[in-house]
Amino acid sequence: MAAVAETLPVARSVSPTWARFKDALRRHPTAIFGAVVLLAMIAVAIAAPVLGTVDPQSMSPVKRLRDPWGEYWFGTDMLGRDVYSRVLYGARVSITVGLAVAIVSTLVGLAIGLVTGFIRWVDAIVMRVMDGLMSIPSVLLAIALMALTKASLENVVFAITIAEIPRVVRLVRSLVLTLREQPFVEAATAAGTGVARTLVRHILPNTVAPLLVQGTYIFASAMITEAILSFIGAGMPLNIPSWGNIMAEARSLFQLKPWLILIPGAFLSLTVLAVNLLGDGLRDALDPRLARRM
Amino acid sequence: MLGYFLRRLLATIPVMGVVALFVFSLLYISPGDPAAVIAGDIATADDIARIRAKLGLDEPYFVRFGTWLWALAHGDLGVSIFTNLPVAQLIGQRIEPTVALTVCTLIVAVIVAVPIGVIAAWRAGTWIDRCVMGFAVLGFSLPVFVFAYLLIMLFSIQLEWLPVQGYVSITEGFWPFLRHMILPSVALGTVYMALIARITRASMLEVLSQDYIRTAQAKGLASHDVLIGHALKNAAVPIVTVIGIGIALLISGVVVTETVFAIPGIGRLTVDAILRRDYPIIQAVTLLFSAAYVLVNLAVDMSYTLLDPRIRY
Repeated sequence: MAAVAETLPVARSVSPTWARFKDALRRHPTAIFGAVVLLAMIAVAIAAPVLGTVDPQSMSPVKRLRDPWGEYWFGTDMLGRDVYSRVLYGARVSITVGLAVAIVSTLVGLAIGLVTGFIRWVDAIVMRVMDGLMSIPSVLLAIALMALTKASLENVVFAITIAEIPRVVRLVRSLVLTLREQPFVEAATAAGTGVARTLVRHILPNTVAPLLVQGTYIFASAMITEAILSFIGAGMPLNIPSWGNIMAEARSLFQLKPWLILIPGAFLSLTVLAVNLLGDGLRDALDPRLARRM
Repeated sequence: MLGYFLRRLLATIPVMGVVALFVFSLLYISPGDPAAVIAGDIATADDIARIRAKLGLDEPYFVRFGTWLWALAHGDLGVSIFTNLPVAQLIGQRIEPTVALTVCTLIVAVIVAVPIGVIAAWRAGTWIDRCVMGFAVLGFSLPVFVFAYLLIMLFSIQLEWLPVQGYVSITEGFWPFLRHMILPSVALGTVYMALIARITRASMLEVLSQDYIRTAQAKGLASHDVLIGHALKNAAVPIVTVIGIGIALLISGVVVTETVFAIPGIGRLTVDAILRRDYPIIQAVTLLFSAAYVLVNLAVDMSYTLLDPRIRY
C-alpha cells in the first residue's frame, strides 16, 4: 500500500494531462487569482464564527444605520444588525447554494445525458422535454418554483438545479454522441461489453473534464441566481442572512446608505468573478481544442 | 423558404407544449402543498380549500390540464388570486415598458458589443483585445442589480445627469423616455454585451484565419473593407445565434432591472406577484416569456438564409 501511495504522485507528475494543467495555470495567472480568492472566500465562510463576528441576527435598534469603518467595520443595517457579521455568514449561503447546485445538477444531468446519448428511443423523448425546459428562462423557472414552495435553502437549491439540468444534459449528450462513434467504443462493443459497462468504463471518464468546466460555470451562475431570487423576495428566508437578502432589505435605503448594498454586492461580484476566472483557466487547461478557439 | 418557415413554425408547437405542460405541472411537482404556501402562514383551512379550488387542485391532473390548455388556446391566462382581474388584462397594462426596455437594451448591447468584438479579433493579442476579454469576464460576473446600483450612484446621485428611477412612455416625448431608459438598458445589457462580444471575437478570429481574407488583403483592400465586407459578413451566423440565445439572459434580467429602476413593467408585476404568492400571474408571465424566447429564436433561424446564401432550406 505504502509503495503505491509513493509512486502515485510521481506517475501523475509525468502524465501529460497534469503537465498541461500546470503549464496552463502558469500561463493563466488569472485562474490562480480566481482559485486563491475562492479558497479565501470558502475559508471566510467556514471560519465566520471566529472572525470577530457577532450573531448576525441580533438587533440593537439604538445602533441602527451606523456608517462603516467605525465601531462596526461594515456599519449596521436598519435594525442595528452588524453588517460585517451578516456578510460573512452570507458567504456560507452563497457558496453552499453554488456548490450544491453545481454538484447536483452536474450529477443528475450526467446520468440523464449518458442514457439519452446512448439509447436512441430515450433520446427522442428526453431531448424534446429538454428543448422545452431550455425555452423557459432559468430565473423565471426558479421564480415559479419558489412561488409554490416555502422559502428555504433546500428549495432554493432545488429550484435553481431544475433550471440548470437541461444545459448539462445537452452537453453530456453531445459528448456521448461523439464518443460513441469512436473506435475504442466500437472495440468495446465488439468485444462484447454491455451497454452499462461501456457507459461507465469508456464513455464516463471522457466526460469528466468538460463537466468540471461546466460545473464551475454553473457554480458561478447559481450564486447569481440565488442573489437575484433573494433580492426580489423569492429566495432565502429572511432569518438567514444571504447576500441577496442583505441587499433586498437595503433597497429602499439605497440613496442614503449605499454601502448596505455595495458591500455585499462587492463580495458577491468578487466571488462570482473568481469562480468564472477559475472556470476559464480550467477550460484552457483541460480542453486545449476549445481554448485555441476562444 | 415559405415551406421551411411553416415547418419550423409547426415545430415550435411541441416545444411550447412541453413548456405549457411543465409550467402547469410545477403546481404538482413542487415540494409541499402549494395551496397552503400561497394562502400564507395565517390562513385558515377554509382559505386553503378556497385556493385549492381556485387553482383547480381538486380536479384530476389531466382534466385540469385539458381545461387550462383549452382556456390558454383562447387567450385566457387565468385570473389573479389577489386582484381577481384577468391575468391577460394585467399583463396588457404592463407590457409596454418591458418591450421598450428590452428593445433599448438589445440595441445598446448589439451596437456596443459587435464593434468591440470585431476590434478585439482584429487586434488579437494586444492590450485592446485583453481589455475586451477582461470586460467580458467582468460583465459575466457583475450581477445586474449590483451594476445597476453602481450606475445610479455615479450618474444619478453624484453627477445628477440622469433620473434615479421611473419610466416615461415614449408617447410623452422621446427625450424624457430616452433619459429614463439609458441606465436600465446599460445595466441590463452588460451581461448580454459580454456574451455577444466574446462570440463575435471568437467567430471573427476563425474567419480571419481563412485564405480568402489573406487574398482580400493581398488585393490591397482597405482593412475596414476586409473586416466588415468579408470577415464580419461571414462571421455573422454564430453572432446572430448568440443574440437569440442571449435573449434568455435579458428576460431573466428584466425582472431585476425593473425592480431596481421602479419600471412598471411585467418584471415588476412578477415581483409583486411573488410577494403576494399570486401564482396565476407568475405562471402566465413564465409562459409568455418562454413563447417570446422561442419565437425570437425562430426568427434567428430564419435570418440565416439572409446572412449566408449557402444556407438553403
